[in-house]
Amino acid sequence: MSTASENTKLAQATQWIDARFPMSSLWRDHISEYYAPKNFNFWYYFGSLAMLVLVIQLVTGIFLTMNYKPDARFAFASVEYIMRDVNYGWLIRYMHSTGASMFFVVVYLHMCRGLMYGSYRKPRELVWLIGMGIYLCLMGEAFMGYLLPWGQMSYWGAQVIISLFDAISPPLALWIRGDFVVSDATLNRFFAFHVIALPLVLVGLVLVHIIALHEVGSNNPDGVEIKKHKDPVTHKPLDGINFHPYYTLKDLVGVSVFLAIFSAVVFFAPEMGGYFLEANNFIPADPMKTPPHIAPVWYFTPYYAILRAIPQKQLGVIAMGAAVLIFLALPWLDRGAVKSIRYRGTLYKTAFGMFITAFLILGYMGTQDPNLWYVNPVSQVCTAIYFAFFLLMPIYSKLDKTLPEPDRVTS
Amino acid sequence: MKQHARWMKFLFSFVALTALSAGLVGQPALAHEELVLDRAPIVEGDKASLQRGARAFANYCQNCHSAQYLRYSRLTDIGLSEEEIKANLMFSSEKIGDTMTVALDKADAKAWFGNPPPDLSVEARVRGADWLYSYLRGFYKDSSRPTGWNNTVYHNVGMPHVLYELQGVQEMSGEEGAQSLKVVHPGKLSPAEYNQFTADLVNYLVWMAEPAKATRIQIGVLAIFFCVVAFFVTLALKKEFWKDIH
Repeated sequence: MSTASENTKLAQATQWIDARFPMSSLWRDHISEYYAPKNFNFWYYFGSLAMLVLVIQLVTGIFLTMNYKPDARFAFASVEYIMRDVNYGWLIRYMHSTGASMFFVVVYLHMCRGLMYGSYRKPRELVWLIGMGIYLCLMGEAFMGYLLPWGQMSYWGAQVIISLFDAISPPLALWIRGDFVVSDATLNRFFAFHVIALPLVLVGLVLVHIIALHEVGSNNPDGVEIKKHKDPVTHKPLDGINFHPYYTLKDLVGVSVFLAIFSAVVFFAPEMGGYFLEANNFIPADPMKTPPHIAPVWYFTPYYAILRAIPQKQLGVIAMGAAVLIFLALPWLDRGAVKSIRYRGTLYKTAFGMFITAFLILGYMGTQDPNLWYVNPVSQVCTAIYFAFFLLMPIYSKLDKTLPEPDRVTS
Repeated sequence: MKQHARWMKFLFSFVALTALSAGLVGQPALAHEELVLDRAPIVEGDKASLQRGARAFANYCQNCHSAQYLRYSRLTDIGLSEEEIKANLMFSSEKIGDTMTVALDKADAKAWFGNPPPDLSVEARVRGADWLYSYLRGFYKDSSRPTGWNNTVYHNVGMPHVLYELQGVQEMSGEEGAQSLKVVHPGKLSPAEYNQFTADLVNYLVWMAEPAKATRIQIGVLAIFFCVVAFFVTLALKKEFWKDIH
């Protein structure tokens, strides 16, 4: 057999490349000899799943671009053309529209994990900040992408969001739209941002996010550092396991489950009851006809509810912006003695539970007609809880009676 | 650790219950204003019904309403041959690969009806089958309207009742708050026949709004099956590799 000589040939090729590009060392440092804590649980699937959704969005996006026309006269028709006349165009389009919502599902769960286990705490502040950069970028990407089908909700949703900038600075809003109303000029620039500018930034930030993470190492459900206990000979963390093959294989299980759910939506409920694709967005954009009820897509509704909860518009816009940006301050607001919610006291756990509940209720209120009697009062209470969670954190996280952290990770 | 687990369980069940109750109590996103709609008795994929609906659409709707995103040739999906399509559904000089447009001038239409009749390609995805079914059966005489017609589902609609020959003329009668429709002049079809006629038409509109739907569901079954198999294979592989991790 020639296996030996083939192996040598392969080894020679590897050496040839390694002398010119750090292929093997990159593989080692980031995949095969990146040591991740062995006690990752359910919440740790969503980082790799976010990468999977990013790839789905990039690939389907490329194919959509081949037939989509960023022109106010043709945009709506070109989407229907994709849905009807392009081979499997409906599949590509549904994957992209479902992917947009699923991106936010996995990113919200990924962020929730960070909150639960204190993954934003020292030394991972930069990982958190870069992650927030990704989240902001994703919001811009989703907002601009939603204009492209040029339906009534696309058009009036964009009109409403840009009018928020109008409340702060009219010249800024004019600069964003490129016109006095949302128009063909707006569609063209949003297309440019959606298909090239923001994806470039997004991919770059994801790379930086991972590099920063691998520099400090992953946190874990116990919130203790695995680098404190290393094997004296090999210098490998005692509670760490090789990312490959252990977590690559474990993540594949997560990928299978995720793709089953993803397929269930794409193939059996692509509109997701109006939450992923809104009924009114099947009406072509009409600048002369305002729909009776304009609501953003579900992933923006918590912030939309905060905006509406504040009676004064400028203040509402500021509150909405602050609600997103306040996450950036988290590493410096948390004074807790422990990282993980497992060892926090009742005080912190109560605050956290109230925050998550308030966030979900806000998300629901953002989809509802503001004229219903309960929408504004409930949104106001939840907005107060939302901000109190952050602003009072330096106090309650310090007063919190924590349990002793274990020395090593538990199962 | 044990106490912690119990606490987390409580927390998550609380959050899940809140979310669930919010979902149950509230209306779906962007619900139409409170309307009692009749359930459209359609069987999606029933080719005979779809063909009857296609004929009804070509004869009664397509004088004013286009379906500009649907090509005539696509009607082969509902079991018609190209010859049948040409003979029964195409009345002017279109080609089989053309989309279903109308000759009605938009400016004229605006002058006559207040608004040009909307394109109906994706209308069923905007309104839903039940709305369309109720709408087509909800016209009644109203002399205060320019066309002489009003509608129970779409108040002060601009469209006249183009199907009155078939349905007959309905009038609104009864006390304020408890009004109901009554046929005052019977049409060519009995009420049961008219219901069937509108159901076929709605079925066709639903098909036309997403012609790939049947394929989508077919492929979906395979896709889910593949994911389930992949789950068991990857799970077994993971377990094998993780044996030595304690």
